[in-house]
Amino acid sequence: MAVNGAVTWLRRAEEIDGYDLSASDSEEVHVLAVDDSLVDRKVIERLLKITSCKVTAVDSGRRALQFLGLDEKKEANGFDGLKVDLIITDYCMPGMTGYELLKKVKESSAFREIPVVIMSSENVIARIDRCLEEGAEDFIVKPVKLSDVKRIIDYMTTDFREGEERRRGINKRKLRDDGDGDGDRSLSSSPPSTLSSSSTAPCSTSTSPLDSPTRRLKMTSFEEHIFADKK
Amino acid sequence: MEVVQIQRRLVDYTKSLFMEGFLDGQFLQLQQLQDESNPDFVVEVVSLFFDDSEKLLNELTIALDQPNVDFKKVDGHVHQLKGSSSSIGAQRVKNVCIAFRNFCEVQNIEGCLTCLQQVKQEYYLVKNKLETLFRLEQQIVASGGSIPMIEMGF
Repeated sequence: MAVNGAVTWLRRAEEIDGYDLSASDSEEVHVLAVDDSLVDRKVIERLLKITSCKVTAVDSGRRALQFLGLDEKKEANGFDGLKVDLIITDYCMPGMTGYELLKKVKESSAFREIPVVIMSSENVIARIDRCLEEGAEDFIVKPVKLSDVKRIIDYMTTDFREGEERRRGINKRKLRDDGDGDGDRSLSSSPPSTLSSSSTAPCSTSTSPLDSPTRRLKMTSFEEHIFADKK
Repeated sequence: MEVVQIQRRLVDYTKSLFMEGFLDGQFLQLQQLQDESNPDFVVEVVSLFFDDSEKLLNELTIALDQPNVDFKKVDGHVHQLKGSSSSIGAQRVKNVCIAFRNFCEVQNIEGCLTCLQQVKQEYYLVKNKLETLFRLEQQIVASGGSIPMIEMGF
């Protein structure tokens, strides 16, 4: 994908230490990844590093807020060197869900501008809509692939130059993976009661019939990667 | 054995794992993330999966052995196992987890116990297969060869 040279995130020269908090290199996208699964954290971290991002990976919404300086127990001081450009969070987590984290971020005057992307293994339209309504930038269905991460970082960086409108356009197109371009968004989310129990109990929604078409399409886009140049 | 022969064996073995459904495309994704700067990435992630899974299987065994089974708790563990198996491409394990969760939802203890048995079986099978795969890779690297990239046309 041809991107203006000003976007330096394309370079992959050095291995970036995601835990180097002292240097605030504003040219690299700094991503805060939140997932309670150790396996998934490791994968998302690698995916982001390969896309030339700085990564900080934490295992809970609470820790994410602490990192941002939003935790009630700590004072919100100036974390200048730790500027976060993007938050990627799992939806289903014990304690604070990704949705609750999203809300807290969007409610904060200091951090509401930070784009938040939700990841979930459940491809449920109601859940996706709920997150988007709360201000999420995008929604990735797990398992996360390199193409998902690349897409997010791509439009995030172009967005800085081209503004909201384009992002919204890409957003809709990418979410409707099954080609159904028409936004059925007038269909309001199903009553929150079905999902409200997610705060303490693990998320218990049945898998959507949409799983199959999404799965097939994911395999198609993956094929491209097998035959494309590795770098 | 010649390096080329081991490489051939590895390719055939890997392909068979896909054909038999033990692994799916996500495993290939992980392999794509491995390079000279991260030569052990796949082994590391899979090792985390092994540790995580064994813990979960233990907890599931205990939880389903209780006089009053807490199905929400059981479901929580299965959800985790489903997630991590999906993330590394352990397709058969993931599929049993899907069925397992359905039984949790309707609180069917017999169904859950059957699924527990099945998921253990599938887990140990894929663990065995992956360990064999890694051993072949080690042999190749030790003989100075490079690990061949698998190309799959789905």
